Parts: sequence; C-alpha cells; structure tokens
Amino acid sequence: MNKIFTSFDDAVSDIKDNATIMIGGFAGPGGTAQNLIKSLRDLGANNLTIISNTAGFASIIGFGALPGHIPIDVGILIDNHQVRKVIASFPVSPSPSKPNSFEKAYAKNEIELELVPQGTLAERIRAGGAGIPAFYTPTGLDTHVTKEKETRFFKQKEYVLEEALVSDFAFIRALKADKFGNLTYKGTSKNFNAVMVTAATVSIIEVDEITEIGGINSNMIDTPSIYVNRIIEIRK
Amino acid sequence: MNRLPRDIIAMRIAKELKDGDVVNLGIGIPSLCSQFVPENKTIFYHSESGVLNYGPMSESGLEDPDLINASGQFLAPVAGMSFFNSSDAFAMIRGGHIDVTILGALQVSAKGDLANWMIPSRGIGNVGGAMDLAVGAKKVIVAMEHTDKDGNPKIVSECTFPLTSRKCVSLIVTDIAVITVQDEKLILIEIAPGWDFAKVQELTDAPLVLSTDIKAFSV
Repeated sequence: MNKIFTSFDDAVSDIKDNATIMIGGFAGPGGTAQNLIKSLRDLGANNLTIISNTAGFASIIGFGALPGHIPIDVGILIDNHQVRKVIASFPVSPSPSKPNSFEKAYAKNEIELELVPQGTLAERIRAGGAGIPAFYTPTGLDTHVTKEKETRFFKQKEYVLEEALVSDFAFIRALKADKFGNLTYKGTSKNFNAVMVTAATVSIIEVDEITEIGGINSNMIDTPSIYVNRIIEIRK
Repeated sequence: MNRLPRDIIAMRIAKELKDGDVVNLGIGIPSLCSQFVPENKTIFYHSESGVLNYGPMSESGLEDPDLINASGQFLAPVAGMSFFNSSDAFAMIRGGHIDVTILGALQVSAKGDLANWMIPSRGIGNVGGAMDLAVGAKKVIVAMEHTDKDGNPKIVSECTFPLTSRKCVSLIVTDIAVITVQDEKLILIEIAPGWDFAKVQELTDAPLVLSTDIKAFSV
C-alpha cells in the first residue's frame, strides 16, 4: 500500500470529463489545495461539477491572502472553460464592481449554479460521507434556495429535506500527513477539508509535510487514514 | 438631518451583549461591534470559518492565511481559541449554541423577516452562512443604515428582496433609531438626536409604534 504521490499532475491524471470534484477551503488560500487545482487546469478535464464553498474570488479581491500574493482558486478552472456546474454557498465576489470569472460566465449562461446555504452544504457533504441519504433542516425554509423541496413538520415546526452530496474526487489541503494518510490541519483551514475528505471516492491531499508513521501524535489526528487515498507533499 | 456614524451603531449594539454570550458577527457594521465591548465582559466570538473565542485582528507582518474570520480578516492567535470544521461550525449555529448574531440587512419587515443576501438587480448573490445564522442563533440583531443609498426605506411592510429567513429579527439598530420587533409589530424604543417619531416614520415603510418608554439613542 502506497498512498504517496510525488507529482501533482500524476495525482490528478485519472480525472475524466464529467467528474464531480469537491474542493476544500473557505474562500481564501488558507485550506485550499492550490497545487491540485493548478494540475487539474493543466490536465484539462471538461464538463466538471465543482462542489466548493465559493466559485473562486480570492484571486480577484485578495480574500484571506497575504499582501502581494495572488491565490489560485476555482476561477482558473472556470477561465479554462472546464466547469459545467458549481455547487456553492458564496459563488460571487462580495464586491459587485469586481466580478469573478464565475459571475461573468453565469451572466452568459455558460455555467450552472446550485446555491446552497453554507451550513446545509457542509451537512450535505457530512451526510454523504456518513451514509445518510438525506436529512431535514430548518435552514432556508420559504426561500429561493429550497424551492420545490419537500418539507415536513416535527413538533409543530417545519423543516426542509436536503439530500447528501458525494463526489468522484476531493482536493484537500492539510498541514501534515503520516505515511498511512492520517491528517492534521492548521487553524481555520479545517473548514470544508475535514468534511469533504470523507465524501469522495478518491480523496487527494496536499500537505506541507509527510511524516513517518507515528510522526503525528495519535491524539492529534483530525482525519483518520481510512478517508485518505492519495497524499502529496508540497515542495518549497 | 444628522445620521449616526457606523461606529455609534456598533457601540449601541455592543451594549446588548451579555457576559458569557457566544456571538457571531456578520460582515460590515456588525464586524465593528467587538471593539466596543467593555473589558469586564467576556464574549466568546464564533466565526463560521471554524474558530471560537477569537480576539483581536493580527498585527501587521504576522498575518497567517490559516487563521481568518468569515470576512477573510487575519486573526491574532490567542490562548483558549478552538478550531473546528465547517460541519461543526454550523452544528453550533443550527443547534442553538450561538446566543447572538449581528447581521447586516437589505430589508427587514414588520414581522421580523430578513432579506440580506441578494440585490435583485445583480441577479445572483451569496447566501454564505446568513440563512443558518438567521434560523439558528437565539437572538438576531440587525445593524444597518435606516435607508438604502437612494434613500429608500429598508424597514418595510413586506420584504420584496429574496428572503434570508422569516420572523427571525428581534432588534434593529440603525443610524437614526432603535426598534424592537414584538408580536409582528415594530416598536420604536430609541431615537437619535435631532429626530422624532414622525421623522423616523417618514423614512420607514412599515408602521411604527412609539414605545411608552421612549428614550434617546444611548451608547
């Protein structure tokens, strides 16, 4: 058993057209697997469905990015016309005067959007990884994002039925992996990574460091190796 | 007529926060509130980026992209802060573990309905965590200017913009007034200097009820 890859291009090389890919991160470069995104752009697989909190605007407005650093995000896949559909909670730039690539493509009907409240998005992915096909939530009742969805009352309160999400691949950014694939994250970069890693057929994790077995204290492991298929170290 | 500055709105809302409250701050005016909480109160700030008990922003030069709030601001590392994934961040919100959320708004209705995620003319918007916060926090406070940039009332009989959540807002603090939502009525409880009931009503689409205990806007 070897989960370790040494080339980002190799790690994504079996992604085919029409694949569904979860991409972790909140919005900025922290927790975003920028090297894997870049290799997917170079690979050129088309007609992709991307599940991610945003549709890429960090590169436009510098969200969560260090001064002078232009982060890589989903925007480069959209610029390269590889994306058919985005499932996201925060698809467009917070600044309407600085639209992202997604908003421009959306205005031209070149891309589809499934807008999902952020907590519902996280829970749909959690459910997908946990074998739960659907669940009821109070979020989004009577709003645009739950139109035509089933509802049901529990204890006199109405809830919306939301279905689980799974994917073919997940791009995950963690701090460290050991050679089994046990992971730790850093700070607020757990975000969607620690959820998406559970819900993909193939999870691919880029990390600062791959350690020997035991290199991460067992009490400090955030994601057990069972969820991890491929790991790759970022070369500095 | 004088409008109160954003800092004063934030200062007024900070008075609503109680020692030990877990608070989630939205983008804009809400993000200013934390700096006006007196030192004898301990507030636990929660952000859906996956952090509880954050404190001040990072010092210049020490920014860490792995330590941000939901507005993308860099946080300083402080003792006692904890990190969690997005599923847990929203379990805390939906599960009723957040005492207060302070949100911006495009429109609030007399019933306390909130619209804050999409300006219809843009044709697309960001929901982010707003719908979960509006539904899940024990108390929803709205911080906003009383009218939009064209002078249209933002407190309306019925929201015409896409809804975030129904019947969720309990307190509205604007640049001219403080209004509570009680039993689908808007009660005017504080008025900014230079304003009176009639002038506030003129800029409010929904009918206001003058509190029997009306006060000056006080921070």
